[in-house]
Amino acid sequence: MMRLELVKRPQRSALFSMLSPFIAFALTIIAGAIMFALLGVNPLAAFKIYFIEPISQVWQLHELAIKAAPLILIAVGLSVCYKANIWNIGAEGQFIFGAIFGSIIPVLFPQFEGPLVLPLMLLLGMIGGAAYASIPALLKTRFSTNEILTSLMLVYVAQLFLDWLVRGPWRDPQGHGFPQTIQFGDSAVLPELMPDAGRANWGFVFALVAAVLVWLMMSRMLKGFEVRVLGSSPRAGRFAGFGLNRMVFFAFLLSGALAGLAGISEVSGAIGQLQPVISPGYGFTAIIVAFLGRLNPLGIVAAGLVLALTYLGGEAVQSALGISDKVARVFQGMLLFFVLGCDTLIHYRIRLIGMSLTKPEGAAKLETAPKLKEAR
Amino acid sequence: MGGTVSANQDGANLLEVRGLTKIFGTLTACDHVDLNIAKGEIHALLGENGAGKSTLVKMLFGSLEPNSGEIFWNGDAVRITSPGVAKKLGIGMVFQHFSLFEALTAAENIALSLDDGSPISSIAAKARALSYSYGLPLDPESLVGDLSVGERQRIEIIRCLLQTPQLIILDEPTSVLTPQEADKLFETLERLRSEGKSILYISHRLEEVKRICDRATVLRHGKVVGHCNPREETAASLARMMVGNEVQAVVRAPVAGIETASPLLEIRALSRKPATPFSIPLKNINLTVRAGEVIGIAGVAGNGQGEFFESVSGEVLQQDAASVRIRGKDAGSLGITGRRLLGAAFVPEERLGHGAAPRMKLSENLLLSRHATDGKTFVGSGGMVKSGTVYAAAQRIIEVMDVRKSAPDPEAAALSGGNLQKFIVGRELDRRPSVMVVNQPTWGVDAGAAAHIRQALIELSRSGSAVLVISQDLDELFEISDAIAVMHNGELSKPLPIAEATFEKIGLLMGGAEPGHAEHTLETA
Repeated sequence: MMRLELVKRPQRSALFSMLSPFIAFALTIIAGAIMFALLGVNPLAAFKIYFIEPISQVWQLHELAIKAAPLILIAVGLSVCYKANIWNIGAEGQFIFGAIFGSIIPVLFPQFEGPLVLPLMLLLGMIGGAAYASIPALLKTRFSTNEILTSLMLVYVAQLFLDWLVRGPWRDPQGHGFPQTIQFGDSAVLPELMPDAGRANWGFVFALVAAVLVWLMMSRMLKGFEVRVLGSSPRAGRFAGFGLNRMVFFAFLLSGALAGLAGISEVSGAIGQLQPVISPGYGFTAIIVAFLGRLNPLGIVAAGLVLALTYLGGEAVQSALGISDKVARVFQGMLLFFVLGCDTLIHYRIRLIGMSLTKPEGAAKLETAPKLKEAR
Repeated sequence: MGGTVSANQDGANLLEVRGLTKIFGTLTACDHVDLNIAKGEIHALLGENGAGKSTLVKMLFGSLEPNSGEIFWNGDAVRITSPGVAKKLGIGMVFQHFSLFEALTAAENIALSLDDGSPISSIAAKARALSYSYGLPLDPESLVGDLSVGERQRIEIIRCLLQTPQLIILDEPTSVLTPQEADKLFETLERLRSEGKSILYISHRLEEVKRICDRATVLRHGKVVGHCNPREETAASLARMMVGNEVQAVVRAPVAGIETASPLLEIRALSRKPATPFSIPLKNINLTVRAGEVIGIAGVAGNGQGEFFESVSGEVLQQDAASVRIRGKDAGSLGITGRRLLGAAFVPEERLGHGAAPRMKLSENLLLSRHATDGKTFVGSGGMVKSGTVYAAAQRIIEVMDVRKSAPDPEAAALSGGNLQKFIVGRELDRRPSVMVVNQPTWGVDAGAAAHIRQALIELSRSGSAVLVISQDLDELFEISDAIAVMHNGELSKPLPIAEATFEKIGLLMGGAEPGHAEHTLETA
């Protein structure tokens, strides 16, 4: 009988901590090749269609930025939560509520136009996301509920609420019964950055700015120190005079606001109206982005671009090879799996343990004893 | 002191270590260490903090692998690659920091480490039988959270003995015990020796090493500086070997006219309900600490000292704001930051995870307790941390307190316990606080460093601050206190001026006797 045991390594390798996302990506490629081969497709050809062709032209890079923007915005907020050891899994719901709040102006007051509309919409989007995120925060601080469950369940509430809105009270009366709101007016649409080159809009700039600001906060400011202390040793945090409950609200409100900003940016930029479904799971994919980026906002920018590519590649293989676009989900899942696997192996090593480790095996080990290397 | 180690010819040595070396980065923690442990002896391992004791022991127990050197067990070369291998060879270890789950019973904790699938009831029966036969009575059904530190240590010892080891390694075992509990432990150790078991005894308490150990190996800066028979040495000569020069005795000048000095810390009718099923309620505690004096609080571990510390530090608030007053201002409703801003400083008992964040650098740990009091110095406009200034301040404290480390700004967890304690105490002293509250200032800290910390506390008080020291080490309290109060079961006795205090009087109060009822027999925990 054999069993596997994880043994904590006395030292962590800084080199492999850094390399881990790249190793994980390589492993994903290998596993992906096997998957394509099993599907009867030449893996090299498939990879070309999946990873190279979607970014071979300028307008496609704009599409990449459109997909990456919400992922980065949400993941940057989530990284603060996870550093604080607070587990917000409900960014998808906060994204939706940001979109709903931000859409109040263009849907209910379409006659209100001018340069103030867009900033107000963005502000309302952030408020909506933060307000929705405050529910699990309140439940956690008041009733000690598990934020993983409450934030996750609130995602489904948000999805159904949006569905009801666009089919019911907010449905476009001239929309031939389609479940969608009216098209946003011109002053409610997030402008494109370079309209001649592609569709990418200001959402991508918001994402980059948020990443830099949060990076600055986490690495240089007292607030970031507070987040890290409370996340790594709460008792020391209390000794420092930092309040854990305050931190729960701070992390949830910040990540909720960023998810809400992502939501309203997506709706007023890429989509232009509210529909029953406004996100291909950005809020969940952002969890992968956050970890692939090592919870570092700058790493998250890179990770966001990679994950955005898996969305584009999924669409590409669907149209070119007739493979289900669920392939994108498979790639995302494998990536998360390998990232977490690599991280675990940085902290632990695997040992095979025979159930009867007795003298003979101890004797066998002796032969290696003289080979202990001198470190000088 | 004998110089060289004779090779093992007759097979009487249970464990023989030759040239064991361990290098961390640029620091050679153990440098060609030789050690022989004979069958049936109690062997002391002496050394200051950072001398390499813990590293050596970790290599013997398989938690660290040596860079070079050999280990012989019963004459055979062995490679101890993991604690599991060590256990199978017959090496057991009782750690200084216990690894027990508070919400489980003693028997359940033991079962977790035995890992052989036998039913809890049979383990409990075995543990009970073993504990009584060795004079360490233990109820296996009791919850660990309800037990005193001394009783928890018994669980660790019983757990170790159940694996029938031939060599038992004890790391600072008496640092958490009352004198009476320590005596019991010594009886057990002598009994184990008479059964032919060997014991490696790590301690910095030289008197007890002289009392129970047959031989001693002294480490300094990672090297063996001598083997000796501690019974033929004096405490002073042992200390000299450890430190390399004379340990300076702590000097405490008597203070006069303390009654008229201004009270800087006042505790008035402080009570607290138990916060968890495992904590002690505080009952109507009154205490005044004046400028210029050191007050000591003695007591067996687990009599409410931790709860008291939390209440005074402001980690737990009081309902009555006047129940804690700092420099004449009501502080009961202020949090720890507010109390620090009034001039108070605190050093908790637990270093890792309470006084310091283990995975953070020393400079970040400096910021931990001083981000508010030194807000202008360490934190700039817009909440930006001035990391250069913080780093320089951390280096200053490291130098003043002689903190030994392997990197310029290492993580707190990378320091030995004593060196981390020097840093944590130094972090607060550096502020020149007017009120200093310290819980277990020198727990597990070696003689040289402990003297340094104690002297620093006395000097702080003589410069006009009020110092309150909670400690289970009576020697320490008698050395530094101007008056000693005793905490028992959540109640605090009146402070006895040091001139009137004796070990016997304090010991009786620790056992729960009321002042004036000294005829009560001392109940040992």
